[in-house]
Amino acid sequence: MPIDRPTWPIIVVTGMGVVTSLGTGKQDNWRRLIAGESGIHHINRFSTEGLRTTIAGTVDYLPGHYNSVALTEELGRLAAQEAIEQAGVSSTAFPGPLFLAVPPTEYDWATRVLSARRVANPGHGDYAQFIAVAAGHREEYEPFLFGAFAQNLAERFGTRGSPISLSTACASGGTAIQLATEALQRGEADMALAIGSDGSITEEALIRFSLLSALTTRNDPPEAASRPFAKGRDGFVMAEGAGALVLETLDHARARGANILGVISGCGEKADTFHRTRSNPDGSAIIAAIKAAITDARLTTDDIDYINAHGTSTPENDKMECLGVTAVFGERAGSLPISSNKSMIGHTLSAAGAVEAVFTLLTLQNQIMPPTINYTEPDPAIPLDVVPNVARPARLRHAMSNSFGFGGQNVCLLLSAEPA
Amino acid sequence: MSRSPLHRDVWITGIGLLSSLGEGPDAHWQRLTDPAGPKPTLDETSFAPHPIHPLCAVNFDLQIPKKGDQRQMEPWQRIGTYTAGLALSNAGVAQQAELLDRTHMIVAAGGGERDIAVDTALANELAASNEPAGPFLNKRLAADLRPTLFLAQLSNLLAGSISIVHGVRGSSRTFMGEESAGADAVRVAGARLQAGQIDLALVGGSASAPRPEMMLLLSAGDVLLTGPYRPVWQRKEHPGFALGSMGAFVVLEDPAHAQARGARGLARLVTTISTMSRRVPGTEQAEGERLAAELAPYLAPGPLGVLSGASGAEPATSAERHLLAAIGRDRKTFVRATGTMLGHSIEAQFPANVALAALALSQGGFYPPFEPGPMEAPATEPVRQILVTGFGQRRGEAMALVTAIDNSGAANAN
Repeated sequence: MPIDRPTWPIIVVTGMGVVTSLGTGKQDNWRRLIAGESGIHHINRFSTEGLRTTIAGTVDYLPGHYNSVALTEELGRLAAQEAIEQAGVSSTAFPGPLFLAVPPTEYDWATRVLSARRVANPGHGDYAQFIAVAAGHREEYEPFLFGAFAQNLAERFGTRGSPISLSTACASGGTAIQLATEALQRGEADMALAIGSDGSITEEALIRFSLLSALTTRNDPPEAASRPFAKGRDGFVMAEGAGALVLETLDHARARGANILGVISGCGEKADTFHRTRSNPDGSAIIAAIKAAITDARLTTDDIDYINAHGTSTPENDKMECLGVTAVFGERAGSLPISSNKSMIGHTLSAAGAVEAVFTLLTLQNQIMPPTINYTEPDPAIPLDVVPNVARPARLRHAMSNSFGFGGQNVCLLLSAEPA
Repeated sequence: MSRSPLHRDVWITGIGLLSSLGEGPDAHWQRLTDPAGPKPTLDETSFAPHPIHPLCAVNFDLQIPKKGDQRQMEPWQRIGTYTAGLALSNAGVAQQAELLDRTHMIVAAGGGERDIAVDTALANELAASNEPAGPFLNKRLAADLRPTLFLAQLSNLLAGSISIVHGVRGSSRTFMGEESAGADAVRVAGARLQAGQIDLALVGGSASAPRPEMMLLLSAGDVLLTGPYRPVWQRKEHPGFALGSMGAFVVLEDPAHAQARGARGLARLVTTISTMSRRVPGTEQAEGERLAAELAPYLAPGPLGVLSGASGAEPATSAERHLLAAIGRDRKTFVRATGTMLGHSIEAQFPANVALAALALSQGGFYPPFEPGPMEAPATEPVRQILVTGFGQRRGEAMALVTAIDNSGAANAN
């Protein structure tokens, strides 16, 4: 049913921050990304004895010791700090709400075993006893609440209102940007902070994905494991990182003289109803999400210059993404550059949509497309220009960033160079 | 407040409820307005000394027809998926592909069930051993974890299951963060409708009470009620909540959109306010006054029903008393803590109370007191506006105002 839609305000990006296995900050990440360097390495955070996959893009270079909950928060904090500093606003009284994409929270095994050690006869406890002896151990409660990350970051940066923590699996970072954009369009604030952060690589997390046959087992050499769109790709590489964006209405950014880094020109979303981990073979939800983003931006397919792919390096994802792109872009699909950052940084899961949005905006700013590395043998079923192995300069105005996730999640962002 | 050029009303056009009290709006209305006095359904033995409100008997086939789908879920997802179906049916949206294609979903979720047998065995072995945990965990987790259990655990897979089983396609977002997630799901969906970003939304969450791994976490926080069971306002000296199994979803809709498809509105969602105070001890009264002042512009003259999400956990429940006292100074308020009857369902509690508010207003009535004592006075006047509160066990304070739709309600749609 047609309803007269208001003309929404234009939402721009005025601050960006990023942390990945390649390093902390935009400068290091961009330099290494353009050089085609990989951040994937053998895991030494925990024993990989007996595991089929022994590599990841963990972030291990930060000083100090972190469990997955603390690392997720710290990565998000680092990215947000960089973004807010670039935006040039207060990093203790940020003038807007927080939208935070984070992995679901659970006890790690070290914590789970604490109660089992406390019972009268360790080694022979049951849950009734574990529950009884846990009483009073608030240190095993506070950090493991799902709302803890958001409150800690909201208080640190002084964001306004009730912070939103969210998960749309591997599309989460894209959803955070989308929710922030919508809130600004509604006029709820002039600025918003969107963060995607994930530091959740543990033995159990790795084993869970491994049991679903989602991970590559090409462990040696690690940097050659993530091979999006290439023949012989056999799964994704788990990775950690964070991306943060300060979003702002164009009017507000101009009024305060902020440096505009890019425009959130469109968001598209569609839920797939086919299967928990697989897209409908007809690609309908992916296609609908891409089309919705283009329509939302009031652009046409001809306007899109580059796609930052979801490109996980699983046989299924890359095939379906190619199908979706081909269906939407038709004859242009074969010559429309599309590359996958995940070939270098792995799949940063809940952070991916935000990390890759930052990289897409850097691509527009620098007019250089990062490569898809490890593209040694094309997959004949995927006849796309994946910017193979070497970064390439190009004239770019509008770029798309795709994020797809388990549970039928499909988010597509359209990002544009700063307005003339 | 939105500065959007549009500011439309929001109707609640469907409710789905599944709890210890029964299934569907009629069963809940009957149990909660029982002339003999409403009584909770309790299980005080399975997790003694912590009482719970267990789920009523359910034939899951009725809303999740494929056994294969049911097998992919654990109770948390099954309850939620089932109840989302109830809400869609109640709104006349179920099976309507064109509407479902434009139905935008926000689910409030924690995580799904773990395999308690595996966790117990591994935790015991690790507790009794001085060997390094790593190789042992790798071997046992890889061998013992059921591969598809991960999909029953991921927070966003309740929404994913709802999409698969009921065909909801418009969008799918999952908010996390305990009680706040439920309130913010209602708030954001309502704001999107008010601003004209969408026309139709499905919002809610679910909880399964008999979950040992959840009780372990909550026990560590000292937020579980230790028996004997007591009504919510009588827990001050024994703070804590009894978990309640719950599925709660509402369909929110633009009134013009609802009328165009011949759907009726059960109630209006006027506004949702959610905040996160720092909960500094000693500031509870000031916070209560501040929240009451924020709500005041939305209230109409006349009495106010309150469906409180107070859990009995402290200091949240005492803080909420300050809010209720501040509101009660200016008008008659009839407070009902639904946790007394339904238990506490964390993410689902706020959507459940929004659904119960819409139910009462659509019935033209209100609920009798759920406990004796000064907090819950009998309603002596008709209730046309209901405040839903949600003070989270650890963080987050939220309020929604739900009002009756006038018979001339069509005039409200712009």
